Amino acid sequence: MAMDITGRKLFVKALLEEGVDTVFGYPGGMVTDIMDELYKHEEISLVLPRHEQGLVHEAEGYARATGRTGVCIVTSGPGATNIITGLADAHYDSIPLVCITGQVPLNLIGNDAFQEVDIVGMTRSITKYGVTVRDRKDLGKILKMAFHIAKTGRPGPVLIDLPKDIQTAMGPGEYPLSVAIRGYKPNESVHIGQLKKGYKLLKSAKRPLFLIGGGINIARANDKMLELVEKTRVPVVTTVMGKGAVPTDHPCYVGNSGMHGRYAANMAVGECDVLFSIGTRFNDRITGDLNEFAPKAQIVHVDIDTASISRNVVVDVPIVADANLALEKLLEWAEPQQTQEWMEQIQEWNQENPLEMRRDRGMTPQMILEELNRQLQEGIIVTDVGQHQMWATQYIELNEKKQFITSGGLGTMGFGFPAAIGAKIGCPDKTVICISGDGGMQMNLQELATAMAQDAKVIVCIFNNYYLGMVRQMQQLFYGKRYEATCLRRRKGCPGDCKGPNAACPPYEPDFVKLAESYGACGIRVTKEEEIAPAFEQAKQCGTPVLIEFMIATEEIVLPMVKGGNPMTEMILK
Amino acid sequence: MTKNRWIALYVENQVGVLAKISGLFSGKSYNMQSLTVGTTEDETVSRMTICVTSDDITFEQIKKQLNRMVEVIKVMDFTDKPIHMKEILFAKVKECTVEDKAELFQIAQVFHVEVSDIGTDSILLECKMTERRNNELIDLLKSKFKQIEIVRGGGVAIESISTSCAGRSEYFRK
Repeated sequence: MAMDITGRKLFVKALLEEGVDTVFGYPGGMVTDIMDELYKHEEISLVLPRHEQGLVHEAEGYARATGRTGVCIVTSGPGATNIITGLADAHYDSIPLVCITGQVPLNLIGNDAFQEVDIVGMTRSITKYGVTVRDRKDLGKILKMAFHIAKTGRPGPVLIDLPKDIQTAMGPGEYPLSVAIRGYKPNESVHIGQLKKGYKLLKSAKRPLFLIGGGINIARANDKMLELVEKTRVPVVTTVMGKGAVPTDHPCYVGNSGMHGRYAANMAVGECDVLFSIGTRFNDRITGDLNEFAPKAQIVHVDIDTASISRNVVVDVPIVADANLALEKLLEWAEPQQTQEWMEQIQEWNQENPLEMRRDRGMTPQMILEELNRQLQEGIIVTDVGQHQMWATQYIELNEKKQFITSGGLGTMGFGFPAAIGAKIGCPDKTVICISGDGGMQMNLQELATAMAQDAKVIVCIFNNYYLGMVRQMQQLFYGKRYEATCLRRRKGCPGDCKGPNAACPPYEPDFVKLAESYGACGIRVTKEEEIAPAFEQAKQCGTPVLIEFMIATEEIVLPMVKGGNPMTEMILK
Repeated sequence: MTKNRWIALYVENQVGVLAKISGLFSGKSYNMQSLTVGTTEDETVSRMTICVTSDDITFEQIKKQLNRMVEVIKVMDFTDKPIHMKEILFAKVKECTVEDKAELFQIAQVFHVEVSDIGTDSILLECKMTERRNNELIDLLKSKFKQIEIVRGGGVAIESISTSCAGRSEYFRK
């Protein structure tokens, strides 16, 4: 029998036994004991952000880049509510997090005590598991459960609400090696019969197509996926989250499908006769009008989450399995297929409508991203949410040396910059590039201080078009250019019926270059194409985080585009 | 096909589990008719009986969503299974005349329910019937009497032992 120890000691013991060397923490009255315990442990480094939303996205970026579980520690009340957006983001994109929220002492719960909120209640639908520790003797088991649940099956965020008195109470000192949870049995096998059925269907197809979602990247099964594609010669389209499942320069890779997908990719989904999908939940941004989605295809669906299968799209062959296991089996059977003609058809579509932005209106995102592709041989690209994100999913080239991180499911503006900091903290030897818009960047600007403090030398590329561009694009196309609430230059004195930029427009704020400099970071402004490459060169020489502001054409839009709810083959191309 | 379906759930007997289950139904717009919960022979486990109205696809989704919850130990689908199902119902009829009382005794006899309390101008019926049968009784009382007070407990269901006990006892008259 080990001696009794305090809850705070057991907590740190648990972190050490789980191999946690980095935690993201923001202090407050109800976590001071934990923080004090961490002070004694040099082997765990604590990252202090400047806002809890920044904190949780940093933990997400760390988890997405390393594949390890991100650990967050925040205080009760506002500390806890500030991480809610990040929990939802991680839940949607299946990111393993263990979040510890401080809580008022047990005897005060329910009294509307200072900084008391029912955070477990608030986050029930956006966490994989959440619980308040009510008995010190359960603490070890609950922590073990948290790490186990976060990482296994379909990963996700777990929230442990830890009352202050539990942190100081004496209790058992053991941290269990394993834990059995009777209601939680993540799928660890694959139904061979079903998989065989799915493979037979694929093999019999004349126009087969792989549709790959984020599941391959999460399972880190990219090598196996590539091998399967090479063996079968079946073309591949990806979702936003699935991008990078196979190298983007591979002859079998068509591109992203969906709302802003490549013309050829959406046409391929529309015309294929067998759609073999892995690790996607057929989100509305991928399917468009459900009745018109892959109308000629029989659909095979491999996913680790039973609830993702046959929810949005009714499939012909459902297969519940981890992508890794399914691919291992498929590789045993895989044989080359006659896809020559089908590939030529896809090529034709590609030539009909290639991905291309016009070059006669100044510096375009395409020019910047193509230069980025040349400059970045390996590293991590993190995006925020909006037009720049869609351009990045269209133009960024990926291979086994490059990773792409984005907020796909929740579409959280303000995600990109902190996530890039977290990725850099997790992978200090890799180049980390953040692509953001001028809107999203301003949602977690304060993390510039965190980047400085952590010496996280990320290169932030802000695509500044003076607008909240994704919404402005909709206003441009569907709302008669009535730019309500999307112009970031707009001031009180501006005319109410403004239809776009003109000579009388007020100056833009903030001045991102000066802002970066005020934090001691490096700021560069790029206004024309010739300056792009030198700016990246300069950024590499800076010994600090760098912020490059690209002044792009203001009314540039993301094309192709499918209007929400329309069939994916009805694309706006010009 | 949209119809009423029965699910029995074994769940962890812990704080917040009921909120989590009911939150799933409201959050995902599933149509819940009734939910009952109580502890079982194992005090760490609670059992719920849930009646939902849904089509086949939604019902499959409901079962999957319940199954993936960490706190849910087992999901049992009673659709197309022989089950015993009962619901407790109290019906208090007020402002009764003497004739009303006589009629209520007749109704109680026909429905096989107990008259468990009586006052100068009111009568309390205690019923243990299927939900459907309880609905029928309530409809009848509403059509006949002005002042009624109803409290019902929601159905509880358990699988039949002898499958010969004829189809689904939900439809038994008694």
